[in-house]
Amino acid sequence: MDSTAWSMLLNGAWVTLWISGVSIALGVSLGLIIALIRSAKIPFVHQVLGLYISIARATPLVTLVLFIFLSAPTLGINMDRSIAGILALTLNTTAFNAEIWRSAFNNFSNDQREAALAVGMTPGVYFRRIMLPQIVITSLPSLVNEMSFLIKGSPAIAVIGIVDLTRVTNRISAVTYEPLPPILAAGALYMVIIAALVWFQRVAECKANRLAM
Amino acid sequence: MTDWQILWAERGVFVDGFLNTLQLFGLGTVLGFLLGCLIVFGLEGAKAPLRIALRIFIDAMRLLPFLVLAYLFYYGLPSLGIRLSSWEAGVSALVLYHGAYFAEILRGARVTLPPGQVEAAVAQGFSMPRMFLRLILPQLVLKSRGVIGNQLIILLKDTAFLVIITVRELTAAANGLSGTYFIPMQAFIVVIGFYWIISIALEQAVNWMGRSGAKRGFKNA
Repeated sequence: MDSTAWSMLLNGAWVTLWISGVSIALGVSLGLIIALIRSAKIPFVHQVLGLYISIARATPLVTLVLFIFLSAPTLGINMDRSIAGILALTLNTTAFNAEIWRSAFNNFSNDQREAALAVGMTPGVYFRRIMLPQIVITSLPSLVNEMSFLIKGSPAIAVIGIVDLTRVTNRISAVTYEPLPPILAAGALYMVIIAALVWFQRVAECKANRLAM
Repeated sequence: MTDWQILWAERGVFVDGFLNTLQLFGLGTVLGFLLGCLIVFGLEGAKAPLRIALRIFIDAMRLLPFLVLAYLFYYGLPSLGIRLSSWEAGVSALVLYHGAYFAEILRGARVTLPPGQVEAAVAQGFSMPRMFLRLILPQLVLKSRGVIGNQLIILLKDTAFLVIITVRELTAAANGLSGTYFIPMQAFIVVIGFYWIISIALEQAVNWMGRSGAKRGFKNA
């Protein structure tokens, strides 16, 4: 492999990283919003969101990416490949993150809520000042775990022609006729990325255990 | 003909894809689980070199996206002179990848198993394989049934990756039909429904295992 091959690989890694990064940021915040809405238990909305989470968790990423990318034009929407990829990854990871946030809500002690309301905090202030800082720390390990799952699933976007870290190996081997070295190099890059996340997860777990509630 | 009627007329394609996905899923589950058990057995009484090699294998698989392994088998191995069909490459990638995950799940349960039972079994004269099969493995499986169920759902979803290396499974069926008739939305809705049904069935199976396990005194899933 020469330097052009390496720079193509790094470009692919960059595509994987930014698409995953955007999806993670969107997925974590949308997951929190969905968990909040679900905790209000509004009759019809609650069931719809439950159905969404159930379906999104069961749908393979490849199928979801193809579904979004191929059916957007039939609805008259002209969708860019990367937007379709981000949308699919976000829809997938939001469902998992919503469940992580929801279990954090459920495990949160009710005593603190009663105490906060008793000293005259509004529910909004209580959520922002008391609950959120604590559940962020307790659910961070699971959230990071879900992030590494997302990156492991991100090669699915290669199916609609986004040249990410997986698909770029095809491009390189089309020139060099040696598929093995680029695939191994791509695998090594993935390992570095995911190992960094696993390390971060371990650090987060230590923090969470120290603040164990 | 409406779009749905076209899909109904082409139901054979879906059924073929569905059966193929089920076949991949079944093979991946059974062989992967056996591989996982073998690895845990290897970790049980093994000497240092084998144990380190197995740990490296497990950790490497956990850090790798599944598709990269499938690429390695399908596109990479021919340059070493090993030529697998897309189906063979897909099944071996599924087995190897998820075997490592099953091994890690069982190993996690093995760490929490109290050592007294093993010592008692050794004192009773159990041979190593017999003790593993009769004493350790059943407890590990019952203890980690919830996590194993989750892993099965991940395995099911990973079979869809194989469409990229041209295996004819469920997602490939929808992709082909939507290419032929330009009705992508309906075709994929049907396929997503199929995946949803299998996942719900798996969840029910795990719940059922949980209840039958609880009867035997394994409360914590």
